[in-house]
Amino acid sequence: MTSRDRSILRTEALCKNFGSLQVARDVSIDLPRGARHALIGPNGAGKTTLINLITGQIKPDSGRIELQGEDVTAIATAGRARRGLTRTFQINTLFPSLTPIEAVTLAVCEREGVAGQFWRSLASHREAIDESYEILRQLGLADAATRATRTLPYGQQRLLEIALALATRPKVLLLDEPAAGVPRDESAMLFSVVEALPEDISVLFIEHDMSIVFRFASRIIVLVSGSVLLEDTPDVVRSDPRVREVYLGNAHHG
Amino acid sequence: MSEDTNVRQSPLSSNEPLAWLKRQSRWSAFEWAFWLAALIPFFFFPTYLTLASQIAIAALFAISVDLILGYAGIVTLGHAMFFGIGAYVAGLLSAKLGWGEPITGLLLAGAFAGLVGFIASFPIVRVRHLALIMVTLGLGLLTYELANAMSWLTGGTDGLFGIDTWDIFGYFRFDLWGYTAYSYALAVLFLGFLLSRRVVNSSFGLALRGIRENTPRMPAIGSNYRWHLQKIYTLSAAIAGVAGALLTQTTDTAALEVLSFQRSADVVVMLILGGTGRLYGAILGAVIFLLMRDQLAGINPQYWYFWIGLLLMIVVLYMPKGILGRLTDLVRRPE
Repeated sequence: MTSRDRSILRTEALCKNFGSLQVARDVSIDLPRGARHALIGPNGAGKTTLINLITGQIKPDSGRIELQGEDVTAIATAGRARRGLTRTFQINTLFPSLTPIEAVTLAVCEREGVAGQFWRSLASHREAIDESYEILRQLGLADAATRATRTLPYGQQRLLEIALALATRPKVLLLDEPAAGVPRDESAMLFSVVEALPEDISVLFIEHDMSIVFRFASRIIVLVSGSVLLEDTPDVVRSDPRVREVYLGNAHHG
Repeated sequence: MSEDTNVRQSPLSSNEPLAWLKRQSRWSAFEWAFWLAALIPFFFFPTYLTLASQIAIAALFAISVDLILGYAGIVTLGHAMFFGIGAYVAGLLSAKLGWGEPITGLLLAGAFAGLVGFIASFPIVRVRHLALIMVTLGLGLLTYELANAMSWLTGGTDGLFGIDTWDIFGYFRFDLWGYTAYSYALAVLFLGFLLSRRVVNSSFGLALRGIRENTPRMPAIGSNYRWHLQKIYTLSAAIAGVAGALLTQTTDTAALEVLSFQRSADVVVMLILGGTGRLYGAILGAVIFLLMRDQLAGINPQYWYFWIGLLLMIVVLYMPKGILGRLTDLVRRPE
């Protein structure tokens, strides 16, 4: 019982095939409250697919997903997001001509269920705007708040991805390579933003840079060919010979 | 860097972005000038009042299409269906039921077109891209042929006889010159514009732009975006219906042409010419389109579409934001 109380997100034997390709095989993971878990694995291991399954972008062939003990397997993506299960995207999935303050305010308004109010001017949603600006400020985007998203530097667009997710007030935040495409020195800064997130947001992130994974993750889930090979602390994962073999493959350094 | 104390000390102020957001929806001098200019025909071109009311009606129709095409990204080639439904509701009220009161006629026409729009919105929001265009086109053609087959009701290609629109407020008679017609059409256009302006400057309008910019992202921020689309499609259909009813009431005729594919296509051309997603683009597009038609058809009644086609290509190739978008860029550049 205790493990169930502590757990915020659970998947049970998730399976998904694309034709004859098994992209998820009996994936059962358990994310406790306040988690800072990393999801690693070689290319094609099914990491993004797993996030797609958890957030509902694709439907599993079998298995179930529980958020805070509620079965959300049959609930659409938007419903899961409203329940606090939110993700970011590996490739920027933003609103190019909106400004960050507009985009984040939109997400806040959707969360509060007031986005459909066509009789009130946008500027009258003062609390939503204040909250959005606060999120942008926390992520260092305050100065960019009123510039069109498409004109922002790439690194700021990555931060905006996270800002949009935070605006939904997530309980579980799934970050799909938040630092993808960002220069190495900046990616540590991006992860310090993740590290500074409040304790009550549980985080599962995909990342390829092992130094970042070992620095920021409290536990690591290793995914290989669609199934969980191992889930343990960074120290154990680091020294596990199977991980060295399948993950580092023939390209292991030193 | 940003320690807790630091965060608390710095005053939480979203004044700057708030002011920016307010600026986005403030009335500009250009807008006042524009609406004042709309009064010019009364004083300087009284012989063009009939054309002016045609333009006002087309502009309202184009605004209704801009709401879905320009703001929400729903491309439609069948919106004349709602224009025509509105036109026929107003016409039938008068011709068959003997009710020629214009204001209630407008409201009933808008309500009925909106109802049909709401029903049509269910398939509309489930398809995208080419399939969406085909569904709108199909619904438009379907409605046209339905009205054609029901000629006992609609009068078919001959049109509806016996429409008699009463005086507005029981006082303003529709005169031959079109003073009343243009005043009426302009007033309704202005009200429709104010409503649309309110909608696009609301959080709902922002959500529509979000859908246009990146539909797949909307569910990821918890948005039930299909419901947003159904709402705007219904509102758009209602406004198109009002525009159609205006045409019936100001001309006392309603013929199958109001439902034609040509009308659906023309309104999209107007919108592209003027510029989508800016409301005034719809109005400017209607002005340009109908003025060109009036002048060019005077020169050669057969080939005037040649010039519309040419202008359309020039605009699409060299002014991707439409003529109004180009003008806006020109005005803003010196700043």
